[in-house]
Amino acid sequence: MAKHETPLLDQLESGPWPSFVSDLKAQAEKRAKNAEGIEFQIPVDVVDDLLGIVELSYKHGRTHWKHGGIVGVFGYGGGVIGRYCDQPENFPGVEAFHTMRVNQPAGKYYSTDYLKKLCDLWDFRGSGVTNMHGSTGDIILLGTTTKQLEEIFWTLTHDMDQDLGGSGSNLRTPSDCLGQSRCEYACYDTNALVYFLTNEYQDELHRPAFPYKFKFKLDGCPNCCVASIARSDMSFIGTWKDDIRIDQDAVNKYVENDPAYPANAGAYKGSKDWGPFDLEKEVLALCPTKCMKFENKKLFIDNANCTRCMHCINVMPRALKIGKDTGLSILVGAKAPILDGAQMGSLLVPFVEVNPDNDYEAITEIIENIWDWWMEEGKNRERLGELIMRQGFQKLLEVTGIDPMPQHVAYPRTNPYIFWKEDEVPGGWERDVEEYRKHHRR
Amino acid sequence: MSDLLDNKEEAQKAVVEWLEKKAKTKSKFYIKDFYKIFPDDKPRMIKKVVNKMVEDGILEFWSSGSTTMYGLKGGGIQHSSEGEN
Repeated sequence: MAKHETPLLDQLESGPWPSFVSDLKAQAEKRAKNAEGIEFQIPVDVVDDLLGIVELSYKHGRTHWKHGGIVGVFGYGGGVIGRYCDQPENFPGVEAFHTMRVNQPAGKYYSTDYLKKLCDLWDFRGSGVTNMHGSTGDIILLGTTTKQLEEIFWTLTHDMDQDLGGSGSNLRTPSDCLGQSRCEYACYDTNALVYFLTNEYQDELHRPAFPYKFKFKLDGCPNCCVASIARSDMSFIGTWKDDIRIDQDAVNKYVENDPAYPANAGAYKGSKDWGPFDLEKEVLALCPTKCMKFENKKLFIDNANCTRCMHCINVMPRALKIGKDTGLSILVGAKAPILDGAQMGSLLVPFVEVNPDNDYEAITEIIENIWDWWMEEGKNRERLGELIMRQGFQKLLEVTGIDPMPQHVAYPRTNPYIFWKEDEVPGGWERDVEEYRKHHRR
Repeated sequence: MSDLLDNKEEAQKAVVEWLEKKAKTKSKFYIKDFYKIFPDDKPRMIKKVVNKMVEDGILEFWSSGSTTMYGLKGGGIQHSSEGEN
């Protein structure tokens, strides 16, 4: 028998999709039965009370949660998000219901043993309710009391070699795709770079440093599976400088509809009858820059005009491969609509080498120049993208010491005036009046 | 680094005095507010000093989850109130 009547939540379960309500009910029941004999360190009925307070919020049409206050464990300025309910007499189990952010491993690789340990810890010291994963990428442990925070942190760090993630005005937990560990499209080792950045910027991750949040996300190729271009202040997207590698025999196999060469590696096979593969319609006509042609059984790509959209490679992975001279592009300023509207990232560095041997020097230099500028000039709660909008992309180029190039131009200029700086004008602003008077009378 | 920021005790004293002066009207501050106390120093150096003060128990963080603020330990509203005393 449920502790609280939840008719509004019950209604949510009637849809065709998996429901969080059903999951919570199952968890509430599991805790009540406690077949494993766990010595629960927070109220047994925490999940019952969670269902109860969510039902009440639905009934009232307003939240009964309060946020703010607790930030972390000792020495940390992030990793915990404090949450309290404003009806503790009716729902004592969720009087304090804090969230912990756990730094997910690069590429989100886990062993089942690790996941079991994590779940055991959370059943013991928390509600047992998790979110795998939050938008930032972290493992989210939902619901525990203040007293448990240090205990959980101790077990995570000492028994599981596991750190907390970022929250508040910190660097948020860097997040990446599987990269070269599983994917042939990856242009660099995203897992290695995420691991490096996480270690290199520990201080920024755990101690608030910035005017607001700052996110790194890493994609191994322009398919952008992590959607770093839309979701991070600084996005690292794999790319290549040379030509797409073409296996002409394989291209012809695709054209001949050889069953061993299914379009899109067979990803859409069976969903409907797509008819025979049509290179012209499915690849050439869809190339955004129209830089491809197929003549006399040969495919040509004008690589100088290729924008690395990945479409042709995705459709014919056995025939086309990314180039060999690989690195990454850096885009900056993407964000969700919090203060200002949503923004996509703007290209800052078209190509930079990814060199673990010199500690990714070329990349860290850009990161630190940007941080210095944003920390100095950014207003409170202003994201990097908003600072770029306010002070101009040109200013960003100045602080990072990057020369303007055609790839930076998003659209033709709308301001007819050019304001030269003194060092851009031969002779500067000083002039020799006597020399001038030799040629011009007063 | 300026002499003021370099001298741990003097730097901490300057921060506490500044916060106490403001305490009547405001108890939580953004990291940027501390830059005013050390106008000649780099933000990253100031951040290190202020965060050390949290570690030493002189200051405390307050966070909404998305933004973090700093205040004197125990000062101002704590988590349980919503604008009331």
